[in-house]
Amino acid sequence: MKRLIFILSLALGLGVGAVRADVAPEVLKGLASEDFDAKQGAVAALAEVGDADTARLLKALSDDAVAVAGDKLVIVAGDQVLDAANGKLLKPAPASPDSISLNNSLRQQVDGALAALRLLSTDKAERLAAAKALLADMGDGAALLPLFDKALKQEQDGEIKPILVQLQAQASLASPDAAARLQAVQTLGQSSSPAVKALLLPLIEKQGDTFAEPDEKVRLAAQTAIKAIDGRLVWSDMAGQVFTGLSLGSILLLAALGLAITYGVMGVINMAHGELLMVGAYSAYAMQALFRSRFPDFVDYYVVAAVPVAFFVAAAVGMLMERTVIRHLYGRPLETLLATWGLSLVLIQAARLLFGAQNVEVANPAWMSGGVQLAENLSLPWNRLVIVAFSGFVLLVVWLLMNKTRLGMFVRAVTQNRPMAGCVGVPTARIDTLAFGIGSGIAGLGGVALSQIANVGPDMGQGYIVDSFMVVVLGGVGQLAGAVWAALGLGVVTKFLEGWAGAVIAKILVLVFIIIFIQKRPQGLFALKGRFVD
Amino acid sequence: MRTPVSVKLVAGLGPRGWLAVSAVFVAAWVLVPLAHLMLPEGHPLHISTYAITLIGKILCYAVVAVAMDLIWGFGGILSLGHGLFFALGGYSFGMYLMRQIGRDGSYGADIPDFMVFLDWKELPWYWSGTDSFLWCLLLAVAVPGVIAWIFGYFAFRSRIKGVYFSIITQAMTYAAMLFFFRNETGFGGNNGFTDFKRILGYSITAPETRVVLFGLSVTLLLGTLILGKALIASKFGRVLTAIRDAENRVMFIGYNPLHYKLFIWTVSAMLCGLAGALYVPQVGIINPSEMSVANSIEIAIWVAVGGRGTLVGPIFGAGIVNLSKTWFTTSFPEYWLFFLGLLFILVTLYLPEGVAGLWARIKARRAEKAALAAARTEAAAVPAAPRTPAAPESKLPNGTAAKGA
Repeated sequence: MKRLIFILSLALGLGVGAVRADVAPEVLKGLASEDFDAKQGAVAALAEVGDADTARLLKALSDDAVAVAGDKLVIVAGDQVLDAANGKLLKPAPASPDSISLNNSLRQQVDGALAALRLLSTDKAERLAAAKALLADMGDGAALLPLFDKALKQEQDGEIKPILVQLQAQASLASPDAAARLQAVQTLGQSSSPAVKALLLPLIEKQGDTFAEPDEKVRLAAQTAIKAIDGRLVWSDMAGQVFTGLSLGSILLLAALGLAITYGVMGVINMAHGELLMVGAYSAYAMQALFRSRFPDFVDYYVVAAVPVAFFVAAAVGMLMERTVIRHLYGRPLETLLATWGLSLVLIQAARLLFGAQNVEVANPAWMSGGVQLAENLSLPWNRLVIVAFSGFVLLVVWLLMNKTRLGMFVRAVTQNRPMAGCVGVPTARIDTLAFGIGSGIAGLGGVALSQIANVGPDMGQGYIVDSFMVVVLGGVGQLAGAVWAALGLGVVTKFLEGWAGAVIAKILVLVFIIIFIQKRPQGLFALKGRFVD
Repeated sequence: MRTPVSVKLVAGLGPRGWLAVSAVFVAAWVLVPLAHLMLPEGHPLHISTYAITLIGKILCYAVVAVAMDLIWGFGGILSLGHGLFFALGGYSFGMYLMRQIGRDGSYGADIPDFMVFLDWKELPWYWSGTDSFLWCLLLAVAVPGVIAWIFGYFAFRSRIKGVYFSIITQAMTYAAMLFFFRNETGFGGNNGFTDFKRILGYSITAPETRVVLFGLSVTLLLGTLILGKALIASKFGRVLTAIRDAENRVMFIGYNPLHYKLFIWTVSAMLCGLAGALYVPQVGIINPSEMSVANSIEIAIWVAVGGRGTLVGPIFGAGIVNLSKTWFTTSFPEYWLFFLGLLFILVTLYLPEGVAGLWARIKARRAEKAALAAARTEAAAVPAAPRTPAAPESKLPNGTAAKGA
């Protein structure tokens, strides 16, 4: 009640003194008072006025620079003391100013009012920023409502105006007038933002026996509005999930392509394949460090340089592994599994000793950060878009390599029938090494891609071996097309299941699905034609 | 006439085997308790609590290793998911131990602390009956058994084998680990079960309880060995090894490998469950990291180090690897992974038959030398054809490429 009278008296005072630039003395008195209610009223009044003086005063309030000196309210700025009413320098400076205290809710109100004031700024960019900031967090909206009205009247810009309309509607949701609330709900129903939906949801919820919203008409309108928003959200939501699924799938594809080649050619599972991803990611990290210290002007292009480096480093590690260990375990796939697991442990520990056990920071270059905003709740990050394109490129290169080159022909020949390939003169041992190198190199490329969206650490590869093997199982051995369909399909299905049931259950469901799938088609989606008997 | 099972069990081991088994049994139940309980702390023959717990833990691991050897060494099936069965047994028995805490938890509630933390009011249905020791013991065997049977039935029916099977078992334990990490699963989330107080009313940290658990671990290991020996020596074991070496040929003769594989797979999982049930009270904690992929692969290396296709070898393998793990992780923690990794690589490359194979090779060489010496002395008197001693027969699965799998 006290507050209401206060505001009324203020309004009267404002009406009289509209031409005067000074801040109304009632407001100053309210601010100086010990009573927080009075202070709140004063801040609300300040927010309503919105000229240069009040803006200065609010800024000072938020900086804790307002003090009481005798009967005057002052702003302390360094060793200068200004009059709070008009910003004039006070000389001589009053002795012992006693700074006034704010509590948390008051501080929030001040910050909100400050942001709202910026809505009236002459600078368009500042107005837009202020509007967006308020949209994200408005605080006590009801107090700012008059200011929104004022801003809306002045605003001409087509980009800012809709935001202001929404702000106004949001603020009037708390209005005591049912008609105003109804109007607000209807306005908000035009939006397609999940945040607005969250705002409307409490209106139709019950608190105990009574509805939070007393007016039935408003409730109905809220229900319609929520439905309308949902309808608009559902498509962009779906599109967003398909996209994240595709980007997960393209990472899986990069991890699985290499595995498909090595498994196809040699029939062994390389358990250290995930660690080759790690090698690739650390190559990207090393290139970033090199560029930062040597070519700081081109630091945004370290990723481009990292691609070939990661390929060759990972390929070298892979060929070394093949020459020293895997080659000697031919015909013993289970032992190869164990030996390559040993290799992966050694690689992990080596990475820990070289780069530390903590994750290292690999930054997105400027041209890969940000995203394309397609809808309110659908933004495609550039780094993921680039990765999808990159894996398409790698796929194309691998396809050309496997189908258009002599080496690719040899690799396919060994995959299909090793002894016969050997009989017609294919150097199978050398093909093994090269195929292993290519597969490892592709894993290295996958590592570079992964470094742009995931943490880079010694253990990062561990999670990928099961997933990428699942892709190989699903797709069928030695089949590029199978690997592509399986990777993308698995990625999209996983993301949809995650949205529906949570990450863990999704993982379990996918696994169960694959086990059932193998019952029906043990040879994978795309099987090689031919007969094998062991 | 068919020989009764009991006779087979007795005959499988032979007199020397039985002597060794009885000696170990007596040592575990008489000498170790005496050395731990009666001798004062400073006495040179005193066995410390630390040693009892460490050895007890390794004994449980050894049971798992023997169980693993039954399917890998004799069945040719490499499971990378045996940690799951071990952990399931541990969790089943851990439920009993959690119930035995009673109201002594930090919240003093009737339900375990982590449930109070989740704001649950009563036990979920799958916890019913867990205050009974026997029911939990049954669960510790039955849960891994049933899960293994279902999983194995579908996997073996569609003739998944080789690396395919290995990776799928790995995915299985990985998924289970994720499942147990969830708090809502009702098994304590990533903290798992710990802070046990009592077992059958006796304090779990009392030296007498530890001695009994130790004795039980030894008994379980001996029992596993005797069972394994009997299985391997039987006709069942013969068919199993035949399936390992040439599955298609066995099928052409008219056997259905499904039943053989499924049986040994389930038995192996149940043994792991029992080992897990004994492991938890001795170590005092069970959490989902027991199901991690790395743990399950480590089981394979115990068997590989010890020697596949020998029943005693894996026991030594489990001992060697785990003792060196204890030593490394206290003395040079940063080199443990290097050691383990190199162990994986070197054992598969240079010691495919493990320590037991090495021992057999040394023994064969000695016999060869002795035979040569004998032949020389004989040759001086009577010229005879020199005897060539038989090389130790390879017990490795003949590696068939996993192409058609």
